[in-house]
Amino acid sequence: MSKLNHHIDHKPPASAERLLLWFLHDDLVEEVLGDLDEKFFQTCEKQSLKKAKRNYWYQVIHYLRPFAIKTFKSKLNNITMVKHNFKISYRQMLRNKGYSLINIGGLAMGMVVAMLIGLWVNDELAFNKYHDNYDQIVQIFRQENDGTERFTSPFLATGIGALLKEKFPERLSDLSMIRSRSQSRVLGAGENRFTFEGHFIEAPGPDLLGLKLKYGQIDGLKDLNTIMLSESAAYGLFGETDPTGKLVKMNAGRELEVVAVYEDLPGNSTFKEKDFFAPLLRLFGGNEGSLNVWNNYNIYIYAKMQENADLAQLSTLVNNTIRERLGERADDRDSRFIVHPMTEWHKTEFRKDEVVVSQAYKFIWLYAIIGLCVLVLACINFMNLSTARSEKRAKEVGIRKTLGSIRKQLISQFYMESMLYTLLAFVLSLGLLWALLPWFNETSGKRMDAPWALTEFWLLSIGFVLFTAIIAGSYPAAYLSSFKPIKALRGTLAAGKYAALPRKVLVVFQFTISVALIIGTITVNNQIQEAKDRPIGYSPEGMISLRPASPNYGKNRKLLRTELMNTGVVKAVGMSNYPVISTLGWNGGFTWEGMDPGFTSSFNTITISHGYGDAVGLEFIAGRDFSEEFETDKNAILINRSAMEAMKLENPVGTVVRYAPGWTDPRNYTIIGVVEDMIKGSPFQQTDQSVMFLDQEFTSWMYIRVNPDLSASQALPEIQEVFNTILPEAPFNFKFADDDYMAKFEAEQRIGGLAGFFTLLAIFISCLGLFGLASYVAEQRTKEIGIRKVLGASVTSLWKLLSKDFTLLVLISCLISIPIAYSVLDGWLETYEVRTKLYWWTFALAAIGALLVTIITVSFQAVKASVANPVKALRSE
Amino acid sequence: MKETRLGDFEEVILLLVGILDQEAYAFKIAEEFESQTQRSVSIGAVHSTLNRLGEKGFLTSEMGESTAERGGRRKRIYSITASGQRVLQESRDFKVSLWNQFPAFASGNLKIEWLNL
Repeated sequence: MSKLNHHIDHKPPASAERLLLWFLHDDLVEEVLGDLDEKFFQTCEKQSLKKAKRNYWYQVIHYLRPFAIKTFKSKLNNITMVKHNFKISYRQMLRNKGYSLINIGGLAMGMVVAMLIGLWVNDELAFNKYHDNYDQIVQIFRQENDGTERFTSPFLATGIGALLKEKFPERLSDLSMIRSRSQSRVLGAGENRFTFEGHFIEAPGPDLLGLKLKYGQIDGLKDLNTIMLSESAAYGLFGETDPTGKLVKMNAGRELEVVAVYEDLPGNSTFKEKDFFAPLLRLFGGNEGSLNVWNNYNIYIYAKMQENADLAQLSTLVNNTIRERLGERADDRDSRFIVHPMTEWHKTEFRKDEVVVSQAYKFIWLYAIIGLCVLVLACINFMNLSTARSEKRAKEVGIRKTLGSIRKQLISQFYMESMLYTLLAFVLSLGLLWALLPWFNETSGKRMDAPWALTEFWLLSIGFVLFTAIIAGSYPAAYLSSFKPIKALRGTLAAGKYAALPRKVLVVFQFTISVALIIGTITVNNQIQEAKDRPIGYSPEGMISLRPASPNYGKNRKLLRTELMNTGVVKAVGMSNYPVISTLGWNGGFTWEGMDPGFTSSFNTITISHGYGDAVGLEFIAGRDFSEEFETDKNAILINRSAMEAMKLENPVGTVVRYAPGWTDPRNYTIIGVVEDMIKGSPFQQTDQSVMFLDQEFTSWMYIRVNPDLSASQALPEIQEVFNTILPEAPFNFKFADDDYMAKFEAEQRIGGLAGFFTLLAIFISCLGLFGLASYVAEQRTKEIGIRKVLGASVTSLWKLLSKDFTLLVLISCLISIPIAYSVLDGWLETYEVRTKLYWWTFALAAIGALLVTIITVSFQAVKASVANPVKALRSE
Repeated sequence: MKETRLGDFEEVILLLVGILDQEAYAFKIAEEFESQTQRSVSIGAVHSTLNRLGEKGFLTSEMGESTAERGGRRKRIYSITASGQRVLQESRDFKVSLWNQFPAFASGNLKIEWLNL
């Protein structure tokens, strides 16, 4: 009776018992539980409940022995199965080396494109996110009427900055004015001198932008003669050492103390490649009054708004405050001031006074879609190539099924295979990414790093590989595993009438894209060539341009010219107030006898020195160049052909033109010469009407025409020698004018490069699709071909039979793609003033190219099928 | 082919099975082992050995009666097979033969032999 009581009072620990039951072999449960209970109650009686419980646990743990543990049968089997599947897949791959290579290569190509585009999209989406206050930084913009239309401009007056600082110390904190446009300056330390781009900014600026400092103080720009350098600029000037406290010379003039060194700004920042920040006041010569001026619109204003501030409300507040101060002037021009947050800078742009989605942002989605399409196409091709070989695997499936394979096992076999291929493709694509990234950076104008150290990249990649493997393996897995074993073994497996249809649609789709891309690439190159073939109007070849950065340049200009001519390696030297490859100066106020009263256009104006015509290589169509022999030439002008036509002058030489631009006294000038139009601005635009004045004073750019009999490498040392003697403080920074000229084609060449890349890729992928279809069809018709051969068909006729269908498919794609390509390219060319025609031969070339590629690809399969021994084909039953 | 040699621990367990006779089940054997050798052992270890001896063919077993202490569960009673008895016999004979070859015991003049070495 007392023993029975025990049963009620004490029980072995339930969790231990549960553990035991989980692992213990079913056959042993009764005896073991009985033994353990007996032990438990005995310990309970002899010692204590606590000890008994502890002992029970001890006993349970000690039952963890091989003999007592359940065989977790299914799990052990799976490992064997995986091993087996892996081995089969590996052997399958080795047996069909060529086919595997094509399949894996195609997938790797698709992956690498997806990766490159992914990197690109990521880079674009992270634009400006480097800056700590990304969410809060704002810029003030001004919207006005200029008489004809409304425009939006970032140019503001320092008075506006001073006013906002005073009124909104909280709402717009850290407000910093920054000189509009970046400035180019020569910085020197000791013997090292380089030209850098940088900004002149107010003291809170660096903190506002969140520059990451290597050395020094973030608020160091408080003093007038200070400067902050980027890491690479500091390295160039001072090497590895900490340069804070040291001095740099700006433009060989004033000495500035280095107060900080900041980490180089990334390529996807508005402030990229800016290598110095110096005080704004330094640019204004230390004149405090210049920081509160209302008639000069020459600065940008940046500030930090409060967290979660209401932007619309802030805009209204800022607008009202500034307009109140501007008074009438604001009403006249209907000025409006808006606050534009950094988060929107890259995503949007202004068209007149509207905020629209920026071109760059539109392209992000376009490219993302292209990337996704390429990946999906590559996956579909992968499936295609796998299923095309189904007949070869059908027997294997049949035998497996007869031997007792269940469908699940076959499916896992095919998934395993797809996994192995995808993994190999992934490894290959990593290699390709490593190899292609430098080239891609150059072509797309980006500075992206390979994401090897990024956890997100690897996580994403794993997901990506699994996704691709599952997607790519799903069709073969579902399709091949569904074969009826008897049919598969007997070889009577007949695909339905429409089994090839999806493949055909795919091939048409792929070739449509390819043909359109071929047409596009040719047209982009035609367009570039069209602009390159235009007469330039001067000769950039053999000309060097430079802008000596020295305060002594002005007074030594004449001496330089004489000395350079004396070396004998120089044919001509000329100067102008801005570079020959730009159209910076614009002025109105020209009147002349017989002028159409409605004429209001302004002219592109430039001041040039004696010798400029020869140095640049102007081509005169009438009259003469400025000459030092005529004192009166200071009242003379040159015009170009466009100006002559715009002014409707038959015989312009000798015509007197009155020039009253408003900012200087009106004067009369006589036209002494007419030159050919010069391409100074974009080569894709019509040339501007321009007027050239003679002036020796304000001409900071110098052009040197090298003696055409000598090579540049012979002439340059002598030219440098002259500069180093006369202006030892300035670096000899020169550029070849033809390099500058070629830079005008950069954007178009970039499009051309990317288009070429995508075209090659599209052709490659299309060929894979075609190859898949061709091999599928050839497999399907093995017997037919055998019989035809036996009955006397020749190899040529069989080749024709097999190739005919594909040629038709590609012709269909050409028919679809040509109108699409035509309309898209026509729209693109519309945006250019100077444009190439859409030549018919472009379309013909693309179509013939596509056909040729098709025939080569298909022939590979067709010839193989037609030369095969018919006995083998027929015996395979 | 299972190994049929007898390990040291196995031999002790086999002997205990013989000693306990109708009471030879895992818990009792473990108890007996602990009381006879003053060494502790887990039931699992004993059970594992019994299992192994069964596989080697030295033991058979059948389910016995149930008792209240066991929550009404039956116990597995082990008994020695003919080959089990033979292997015990062989083991003892082998050891006796070894003992007999031990000169100190065989001739009774342990000390002299020791000095001679």
